[in-house]
Amino acid sequence: MTDISAVGSYAWLLLVLPLVGAVILLLAGKAANKWGHLLGCATVLAAFVYGVILFFDTTGHDAAHRVSELHLFSWIPVQALQVDFGLRLDPLSVTFVLLITGVGSLIHIYSIGYMSHDDGRRRFFAYLNLFVAAMLLLVLGNGFVTLYFGWEGVGLASYLLIGWYQNRPSAATAAKKAFLMNRVGDVGLAVAIFLMFANLGTTQYTDVFAKINTLPTGTVLAISLLLLLGACGKSGQFPLQAWLPDAMEGPTPVSALIHAATMVTAGVYLVARSNPIYNLTEDGRLVVTIIGTITLLIGCIVGCAYDDIKKVLAYSTVSQIGYMILGVGLGPIGYALGIVHLLTHGFFKAGLFLGAGSVMHGMNDEVDMRKFGGLYKRMPITFVTFGLGYLALIGFPGLSGYFSKDAIIEAAFSQEGWRGWVFGGAAMLGVALTAFYMTRLMLMTFFGKERWKDLKSSDGKDFHPHESPAVMTVPMIILAIGSIGAGWFLTSGNRLADWLSPTLGQLQEHGEGPIPGIGLTVISLALMVIGAGLAWVFVGRKDVPVEKPAKVSWPVRAARADLYGNAINEALFAKPGEVLTRGLVVLDDKGVDGAVTGLAGTLGFLSSVLRRTQTGFVRSYALTMLGGSVLVVAALLMVRFS
Amino acid sequence: MGTGLLLALLVVPLVGALVVAFLKNDDRTAKVTALAVTLVEFVLAVLLWVSYEPGGARIQFSSSVDWIGQLGIHLSFGVDGIALVMIGVIALLVPIVVGSSWADRLPTGRSAGGFLSLILVQEALMVGVFAATDVFLFYVLFEIMLIPMYFLIGGYGGPRRQYAAVKFFLYSFLGGLIMLASAIGCYSLAADKLGHGTFDWAQLVTVVREAPLGTQVWLFFGFFLAFAIKAPLVPLHTWLPDAAEQAPIGVAVILVGVLDKVGTFGFLRYLLPMFPDASKALAPLVLVLGVIGVLYGSLLAVGQSDLKRLIAYVSIAHFGFIAIGIFAFTSQSEVGAVSYMVNHSIATGMLILVIGMVIARGGSTKIADYGGMSKLTPVLAGLFLVAGLSTLSLPGTNSFVSEFLVLLGSYPTQPVYSVLATIGMILAALYVLWLYQRVMQGPVRGNALVGVSGGPGAATDPEKAAVTDLNKRELVVLAPLVLLIVVLGVYPKPVLDVVGPSVTATMQAVGVADAVPAQEGK
Repeated sequence: MTDISAVGSYAWLLLVLPLVGAVILLLAGKAANKWGHLLGCATVLAAFVYGVILFFDTTGHDAAHRVSELHLFSWIPVQALQVDFGLRLDPLSVTFVLLITGVGSLIHIYSIGYMSHDDGRRRFFAYLNLFVAAMLLLVLGNGFVTLYFGWEGVGLASYLLIGWYQNRPSAATAAKKAFLMNRVGDVGLAVAIFLMFANLGTTQYTDVFAKINTLPTGTVLAISLLLLLGACGKSGQFPLQAWLPDAMEGPTPVSALIHAATMVTAGVYLVARSNPIYNLTEDGRLVVTIIGTITLLIGCIVGCAYDDIKKVLAYSTVSQIGYMILGVGLGPIGYALGIVHLLTHGFFKAGLFLGAGSVMHGMNDEVDMRKFGGLYKRMPITFVTFGLGYLALIGFPGLSGYFSKDAIIEAAFSQEGWRGWVFGGAAMLGVALTAFYMTRLMLMTFFGKERWKDLKSSDGKDFHPHESPAVMTVPMIILAIGSIGAGWFLTSGNRLADWLSPTLGQLQEHGEGPIPGIGLTVISLALMVIGAGLAWVFVGRKDVPVEKPAKVSWPVRAARADLYGNAINEALFAKPGEVLTRGLVVLDDKGVDGAVTGLAGTLGFLSSVLRRTQTGFVRSYALTMLGGSVLVVAALLMVRFS
Repeated sequence: MGTGLLLALLVVPLVGALVVAFLKNDDRTAKVTALAVTLVEFVLAVLLWVSYEPGGARIQFSSSVDWIGQLGIHLSFGVDGIALVMIGVIALLVPIVVGSSWADRLPTGRSAGGFLSLILVQEALMVGVFAATDVFLFYVLFEIMLIPMYFLIGGYGGPRRQYAAVKFFLYSFLGGLIMLASAIGCYSLAADKLGHGTFDWAQLVTVVREAPLGTQVWLFFGFFLAFAIKAPLVPLHTWLPDAAEQAPIGVAVILVGVLDKVGTFGFLRYLLPMFPDASKALAPLVLVLGVIGVLYGSLLAVGQSDLKRLIAYVSIAHFGFIAIGIFAFTSQSEVGAVSYMVNHSIATGMLILVIGMVIARGGSTKIADYGGMSKLTPVLAGLFLVAGLSTLSLPGTNSFVSEFLVLLGSYPTQPVYSVLATIGMILAALYVLWLYQRVMQGPVRGNALVGVSGGPGAATDPEKAAVTDLNKRELVVLAPLVLLIVVLGVYPKPVLDVVGPSVTATMQAVGVADAVPAQEGK
């Protein structure tokens, strides 16, 4: 821990800038409609500029002096519990600051164009700003409670923005579902914090990490699993994945920023941040990798079945975060790999969502890919930037995803015994599936027959596809550049891993798995080609039917039903909960009220008095007094004789 | 000066009530006068807060005069940190209630003067009940306090107001009588020990705490029943939904926001120090009731179809949290419980007020009569959500600090109850957001709204004009609460610091101390 630098002592600006923007936008009312979006962009851009300065200030110190804390004020001080409101500046948090404010700025700018027809644009920017502030608190907070503050803060922003299109009932339901499923995860995070306090007397990172090795293994395992539950909620990991695809009800820039690039990766951040805890528990890490593996497969499989362009991308996000969780679950050989993939994914997935938004913008907000087709001619910039994101995602050699995903697959294969085969194999299978669903998406959207020519959008309008304005395409182009170069840049010479080492420890070399590294690369490239080829066989070489085929095999049916995730939630929680609640209401109105009132009645007052409510209060009062006096005497006798 | 302030806090509203009572024919003057009186009261409370020394004497600003000398009964007043914050809450909420009731349509034959005069009497009695340091005086105020509330519900409430008022009165009154029996028991214990009976709280504490466990348990139950009815613990809660449903909005704020806190205040001031052995022995019982309250209250809140009853069940859940905090016996849980009392008043008070504003527009208390209201009243919708988020204890709002402290503080001593109560966090999100969804989101719908927003449908009141957003008065009424929700969420230290020493003293009286984690080696 080093003393805070002169630049670092202004880190509170990172929270205050976007927050002030949000407050002004909310309070100023309609007066701010003209310039509100500009203020929103300006505050986040200013935060980005400060973030860049902070980054160079941090790199200016040698690796041993890159961790410092800025104490702001004492938040919740009660005796032994001293919750500090402070910021931790270290390579991990500074990296996230750049991601959040950088991608955040681009998406803010893009939203000027995307939301230009929305009456509530000012409020939209207020919510986006609120999100950026909360997300920055999440990654900058210097303890688990400040993390929790940001954690639920981003949940609120997410709730507000998923439910943006208020008059769509499905949007309101999706928003509520997201918040609720996140709360399930939050309970895990909260109880983990309780455990830390009960056993260590502190919730600040520095103290927790310093003392965690004094705890028995069982307690450490419990903490690690509870943290993982929190991560599952926020990051849409199995078994709490069902809210994330529904979250696509929100405007597309929201999907790009919150539900792809930043908020949903908070679970990965949490595990990486808690690496001193996970280092101590191999069982805990094993569960993390299992969750990541299951989720990456669920995401891929369901992604193959959807026709809604945003839902495919959403399941792709679920799946890619599964890769990240798998990565950080591998421990010291994987923490940095998970973060690298998180960053490259931040670029190409944000780019893909903005591209999808651009398509929707030109297509009357239609999301059904069966109505698209041949759009590459009409939207050349969108096509090229989206295409680069696509290549990056499927791991095309040389582009971002190739570097970041292959590293995780290799590390997974290096695990001993069955683990290597299972985790590595599943991650490898995911490559083929990813290539399949993304190629299918590309073919249905940009190639083939221009099916939209004879169709109308769901609100009954003709399609007039057109390229989006520069305010939207420029951010897409910048993100596309990131999709090309970020992977190579971050991984060459272990650049990012070394930079993160003060926080995550040195990235350890993993052993050689059953298949040598070069062999794995060849296999994954082959699987990518096979996946893409199959997509061409199924979708590309013939016309796409405008109607979704109804007669399909059971795997497709299962995938279309989200592998029954929602059905299970419904059967296990929603239905029994509804019955229980209804039953309790009846019980309370009839049973408890009746019983208590009746019990009192047997003592001789209440029921008779209640029945004669109208007939005179004074008489009842007297009766009560009488009864009360009897009780007084009785009680006196009891005291005397006990 | 502090003593004078405390006495002024007791007298000013009474004088105000007298003046306002004579303004029967001039509603406007009555309202302005009442508002002025409550604002003076607020200033006095602020001055009292400033004069209070958190590290000072256990009870400050004490004063005492003989009342019934032969029985050792005094009119004694004084405050500790816990009473101080509650008096602060009273002084804050009552002017807000006066402001919120400004445009209420009163039942025929009733004047604003009468209503406000009762409110002011209620305020004085509530200050008194928290400031009393003589157990008999506390009992008397505890019972007398019911009378203005009885008339406020029974005289100005909804269609079933008579039933609700009597039910409220009888539950509380009976509980009070049982408490009186217990108090007399304590008196006779003191008479045996000291040679003269007394009701002085400080003296009684020293005597009664020495009594054998068996005696303590009996006496404990006398007080406990009264308090468990007041701060309703399941299964003694069924009067509250009826009372909250029938009471006028402003009265519901006072009832749920302040009056009920006398129960949890009683736990802290009377049960724990006077009966420490019984409190420890019976803690599991209270904890079980607390957890049941949290889960049962939350589930019932989910299932309600009436706006005002829903709030009553939310409060029952929150009182469960407070009870858990008090009987988990750690500094964090106790401080959490006390700050919960403050924050619940602010958050739930605001929720009741915004729901009152919804009802004032739609004329119905049924949730099903509303829908998509945010389209018509965006500002009201936004403030509704703020109150809701505080109710579900979102970090950054005041309630988070207290709920977090209660749960985190209970965990070291009572992990099972703490974790079970944590499930209440999920249910809170459900009942708040589902309520918001049904009333505010989606297309405009519901009998209360459709007829007036231009579309087809049958409005409950065809005469009604279009639904409009909040007016200036309503904004001014809500603004202080919004401010406090945010400020106390981010910087709760002022409340925690005032409450802390009193909680420490209470814990010492019970003879419990925080377990220090073995690793704590700094």
